[in-house]
Amino acid sequence: MSVGASQSEAKVAVVADQARFAEDAMGFMPSLYTAAMRMTRNPADAEDLVQETYLKAYRAYGRFEAGTNLKAWLYRILTNTYINGYRSRRRRPEETDVEDVEDLYLYRRAGAVAGGIGGRSAEDEVLERITDDEVKGAIESLPDAFRIAVLLADVEGFSYKEIAEITDVPIGTVMSRIHRGRRALQKALGEFGRQRGLVEAAP
Amino acid sequence: MTDEQGPSSQGRDEPAASGDVADCEETVHRLYNFLDGELTEERRVAISSHLDGCGDCLEAVDFEAELRRVISDRCKDRVPEQLRNRIAEALHFEQSRGGS
Repeated sequence: MSVGASQSEAKVAVVADQARFAEDAMGFMPSLYTAAMRMTRNPADAEDLVQETYLKAYRAYGRFEAGTNLKAWLYRILTNTYINGYRSRRRRPEETDVEDVEDLYLYRRAGAVAGGIGGRSAEDEVLERITDDEVKGAIESLPDAFRIAVLLADVEGFSYKEIAEITDVPIGTVMSRIHRGRRALQKALGEFGRQRGLVEAAP
Repeated sequence: MTDEQGPSSQGRDEPAASGDVADCEETVHRLYNFLDGELTEERRVAISSHLDGCGDCLEAVDFEAELRRVISDRCKDRVPEQLRNRIAEALHFEQSRGGS
């Protein structure tokens, strides 16, 4: 009798946990989907990746410590699932490093092009004209490790420490990837700007 | 800089005399850590003090901060309705199987 009672209590607790999961976790779907799109670079894989992330998170929710960072926990599952599953589906091997790009790459080239319209500086003009597709394309041009670090830092706003925990790499490596990835991203954005005559050609 | 720095070389805990002001080189070098809020209070204040007196660096920092905002604002994808439904169904199915 008491065994039966504690089993049903346990069941009630599980159901409560899971009801709470739906309430707590579903709100993160837009940012998880955005991250999945940048990681996999295609909608079909991104959808599968997000669904798999939610299923894994749901099954593991009993082990999630209430009061800790749910968003970071979901991103950790997303990132691991991507790295362990989707990355290997790729047809071609990917670059693993970015070239070294100088500090303030975009700023210096944006300022060098004359003109500014309606009282705005040339720099503001460049920022204003960067399109959604250019931002997405530039992020997607980065190799995995740099893409994920920049995405977590600049799109999702995680701290260095959180990113170290999400990606399981030392914080010094995280910093290096974010900083070098951002500079490479600026070069990619600069290339789009150059094609439109907004940014000075690279020397 | 390499990709394999150890945690000991984070470059944000270097001792410095209190009340000092960073120069342009340090400001540019630590710009990302500054914008990310990942500096010691001492270095943050040293760089802030430099920015109070250096229009060139302030403009560069503003540009980088604005670029950050542009990147996060323009990197959003709409969740397809079918995905929301698929996930709701999958979770419902899990639940009906008895959860964990």
